[in-house]
Amino acid sequence: MNPIALLARLGRTALAGMSAVGRAALFALSAFSHMIRPPYYPREFFQALLNVGWLSLPVVGLTAIFTGGALALQIYAGGARFNAEAVVPQIVAIGMVRELGPVLVGLMIAARVTSSIAAEIATMKVTEQIDALVTLSTHPMKYLVAPRVLAALITVPVLVGVGDIIGIMGGYTVAVQNLGFNPAAYLKNTVDFLEALDIISSLVKGAAFGTIAAMMGCYYGMQSGRGAQGVGRATKGSVESAAVLILAANFVLTGVFFSL
Amino acid sequence: MIRMENVHKAFGDNRVLNGMNLEIAKGTSMVIIGGSGTGKSVALKSILGLIQPDSGQIYVDGKPAGSGDRDKFLARFGMLFQGGALFDSLPVWQNVAFRLLRGALKRPQEEAREIAIEKLRRVGLRSAVADLFPSELSGGMQKRVGLARAIAAEPEIIFFDEPTTGLDPIMSGVINDLIREIVVEMGATAMTITHDMTSVRAIADNVAMLHGGVIQWTGPVAEMDASGDPYMEQFIHGRAEGPIEAVR
Repeated sequence: MNPIALLARLGRTALAGMSAVGRAALFALSAFSHMIRPPYYPREFFQALLNVGWLSLPVVGLTAIFTGGALALQIYAGGARFNAEAVVPQIVAIGMVRELGPVLVGLMIAARVTSSIAAEIATMKVTEQIDALVTLSTHPMKYLVAPRVLAALITVPVLVGVGDIIGIMGGYTVAVQNLGFNPAAYLKNTVDFLEALDIISSLVKGAAFGTIAAMMGCYYGMQSGRGAQGVGRATKGSVESAAVLILAANFVLTGVFFSL
Repeated sequence: MIRMENVHKAFGDNRVLNGMNLEIAKGTSMVIIGGSGTGKSVALKSILGLIQPDSGQIYVDGKPAGSGDRDKFLARFGMLFQGGALFDSLPVWQNVAFRLLRGALKRPQEEAREIAIEKLRRVGLRSAVADLFPSELSGGMQKRVGLARAIAAEPEIIFFDEPTTGLDPIMSGVINDLIREIVVEMGATAMTITHDMTSVRAIADNVAMLHGGVIQWTGPVAEMDASGDPYMEQFIHGRAEGPIEAVR
């Protein structure tokens, strides 16, 4: 391939990438503007709260408890190399609250909620249900997108909080049952070590990750192509984008909270 | 009442509408026929503003379509979609009463439900269907529910997109009769797109033949068989030979 053709291809790819970022950013702005302007659809909002929040609790709880337990085992084994086994409560707490809780909950929401939103909206598009909404004087951004994004923005921080607690309790259970830690001392060390900023950062990350997860599901669903393949591509693209954006946002937010 | 003037629409290199002109008088039933992919749905969706034409003008009652309050504009229309386009997450009665449960036409829930059940009866469905979900209905029943939804708010203009596609001949006949009865009863202006000639004869006051992005022939349904237009002749008789290429 000659250099000009290669440059042209690179240029096209870069332009396509920037155009996609621009479209997603405009979509997000539009979603936020529809969130604050009436009419509102409370029924759809409460349904989304149920789907995103309540029904995600089992998967979030299981993910957190196993992660907290594994973290306790790892820190105990790793700490034993330099006689630092006693730091298990503190490291489990900080690891769960600052990093693993929000990131794992965010990724589980991306897997469970983003995929389901993208598939649902994409199927609605393919079967002309979105067009039907418009002909029934109902704006799809208000009816489909705003309630889902708002529900994720509100419920994912709560899920992260619950995940943090369950993860810490997973570490506590393993530490007390298997590693011989004193229960009261473990809990005291955990509570004493955590700072308000740790908890605030965890909840802010949850809000950001929830927004990203729901937004990507809605965006890819609304942009879906035709047929089963279109729905499949939208679902796959939404989960990939949400996961990558959550990890990128985690890096940025960690920098903002703890490195500046 | 509805006038399309020199409407163009292309998707990439595919020029779907190529200067389409059409006029539908108030209270009449216009059926647009034409092969698959000739732009019938694009024309219909352009009037509703679901697709933006590249150029040309569309007027409804002399005013440019989409000008003014969009909700008020859309409130004048009812539409039956090809696949029904019923909302899976809502029971049948909420699908039918969708417009009556929110927005400018909002009514109390009980009243909206009563209207929905009355409209379901009008399209030949029992009230027990009201609490089922769309996935529990047959294709014919879904079309009827779609029809009930289209007429629930008593619109002035009703669009029917391929109303009999995928139905058996008996159910097609039932849907055709219902459409004709409802349009006459409501005094509504109707625009139907189809390639089912039985539907054309049952529903239409006037017929327009769309091919190559333009209307090739239009006139009263009674004159359709003697139109002398080669496109109409080929389409009506389903001939492979003629000005319409069989391979598109």
